[in-house]
Amino acid sequence: MSWFKRPPRYTTINVPEKKSDIPDGLWMRCDNCNEMIYKKDWESNLKICPKCDHYSILSARERIKSLLDPGSFEEKDSSITSIDPLQFSGYAESLARSRKRTGEKEAVTCGQGTIEGYPIQLASFDFAFIGGSMGSAVGEKITRALERGNDTGQPVVIVSAGGGGARMQEGMLSLMQMAKTSAAVAKLREKGTPYISVLTHPTMGGVAASFAFLGDVIIAEPKALIGFAGPRVIEQTIGQTLPDGFQTSEFLLEHGMIDMISERRDLKIQLSKLVAHLYN
Amino acid sequence: MRYLEFERPIEDLDRMIKEQEDYAKKTGVDISNEIDSLHRRRNQLVRDTFYNLTPYQRIQLARHPERPYCLDYIRLLTTDFIEFHGDRKFGEDPAIVGGLANLDGTSVMIVGHQKGRDTEENLKRNFGMPNPEGFRKALRLMETAERFRKPIVTFIDSAGAYPGMGGEERGQAEAIAYNLMRMSRLRVPILVVVTGEGGSGGALAIGVGDRVLLMQNAYYAVCTPEACAAILFKDRGKAASAVSSMKITGEDLLRLGVIEEVVPEPIGGAHMNWQETADNLRESILRNLHDLQTQSPEELVENRYKRFRSMGEFEEVKDRPLQFRVKEEPPQQTEHKKAKNPFSMASA
Ligand SMILES: [Zn+2]
Repeated sequence: MSWFKRPPRYTTINVPEKKSDIPDGLWMRCDNCNEMIYKKDWESNLKICPKCDHYSILSARERIKSLLDPGSFEEKDSSITSIDPLQFSGYAESLARSRKRTGEKEAVTCGQGTIEGYPIQLASFDFAFIGGSMGSAVGEKITRALERGNDTGQPVVIVSAGGGGARMQEGMLSLMQMAKTSAAVAKLREKGTPYISVLTHPTMGGVAASFAFLGDVIIAEPKALIGFAGPRVIEQTIGQTLPDGFQTSEFLLEHGMIDMISERRDLKIQLSKLVAHLYN
Repeated sequence: MRYLEFERPIEDLDRMIKEQEDYAKKTGVDISNEIDSLHRRRNQLVRDTFYNLTPYQRIQLARHPERPYCLDYIRLLTTDFIEFHGDRKFGEDPAIVGGLANLDGTSVMIVGHQKGRDTEENLKRNFGMPNPEGFRKALRLMETAERFRKPIVTFIDSAGAYPGMGGEERGQAEAIAYNLMRMSRLRVPILVVVTGEGGSGGALAIGVGDRVLLMQNAYYAVCTPEACAAILFKDRGKAASAVSSMKITGEDLLRLGVIEEVVPEPIGGAHMNWQETADNLRESILRNLHDLQTQSPEELVENRYKRFRSMGEFEEVKDRPLQFRVKEEPPQQTEHKKAKNPFSMASA
């Protein structure tokens, strides 16, 4: 049985491999179609496979670079890092591994910059950092980004890739970040400062069930896995397999949960148009 | 009564006492000394057990099938309860109940998870695990309370939001998120009581309050101990080991600043004496509501924001940006990587 590879029924999540220890080859295999692709083409194509259009996950900084005007990014709150408040088994190692793998200190990178000349506040998740999960540090950075939007009146854009949801290793402190960030969105709404939420693969659990689904406008990348409960948990609970495409961006659009799906290469222009509309 | 696994030694003693008492009654032989001594042993055993509960034993008590549920507390604490139904959007979710009730002379809006007492009721109430309609109904009632300036009391007792297909189709994540956002701005007092299971987002969705009380044997957690064990040990059965690292009982949560108060339960747990449990809770609810009612709507909202704003523990090292990055990789390799990667940011 085992040598027949069953095609996945729903989108699977591949944690990006650490890249630097193998000498960079010119060619690579696509995770999805398994075709050989020219790495430079793939990278200059925003990590979209030129053969099958498969989207690989972008790091926080690759995303920022793809959206902001060159040289305009000014990072904020880069000195905020997670501690291990519960002395939770394996968490310190997990943090160390993620820091090494991504070169980031946390699962979200925040700052300000311009998009087609419009100043915005931007937060960008790194899925490779403990699944893009939200602990105290991530919650604090997101809240500060929203509060900076509140103070400056600049639109806030958050690009989520929080497959891990609320970070289990920080226990209830992580759950409370959902309330903290959502309360910050509430203030932004009262003031009338725009908040655009971009959902990328994968956005689940406590990240989805807080700020990520509270955008004035919600945009998703194609074929991203987005939802509350993980597909495996649902299958175990209901005792049946989920239909193809369940919890994808296309599914959410059909069910009225998001405003639009944007191709990765169109995202910058789409965001800048929205910001132009919403800017007061 | 129903005994839990860890209560087996107490059950054995209870059986022995019953046998001795039956024997004495039947034969008329006076063995009251023996019976008294068994009672003393039992009381000592009960104290030893319940003053030294492990976190996992607490969780078993929190899930005890004879524990009072939301509608029981409403009956025990209030009069003139009028239940409201439906989210006005899609349906009625019996996993959450709510309505107006008279608490010590004041009208309050009560909203809470409702588990079933037997299989039939559990099917109807989905074991207290809400779908989006439940969360939306809860918010509708809370917004009604705000319009008529009624304080809100919520009772949390749910393993979590229901992980089903319908819930995902109808926006489980959005429903929870929207509640968190709206509750943070409601201009009336919100008092939250975790009565049994405080399971993750499905609990927090009615838990954004000014003060949070936790019953002594209740728990409040980011995920169920079983889910935690599945991630930690790849084995849902190891929940007992997972739970101690999760820090989810009263003392831990007080220390983390997630709750304000632990409400004492009778020895053996809330199910041992519903009235005593309710009396303890009534005192706590009235005192806290009284405090909150001295605040203006603006103060309430501002203090609630501050309450959640201050939660979390992290480190902030000023003036050392990106030092870490330099430390981790030899500079040569960093240069190399930058040259190869068209996305790499200028070091900013
Ligand atoms: Zn491909």
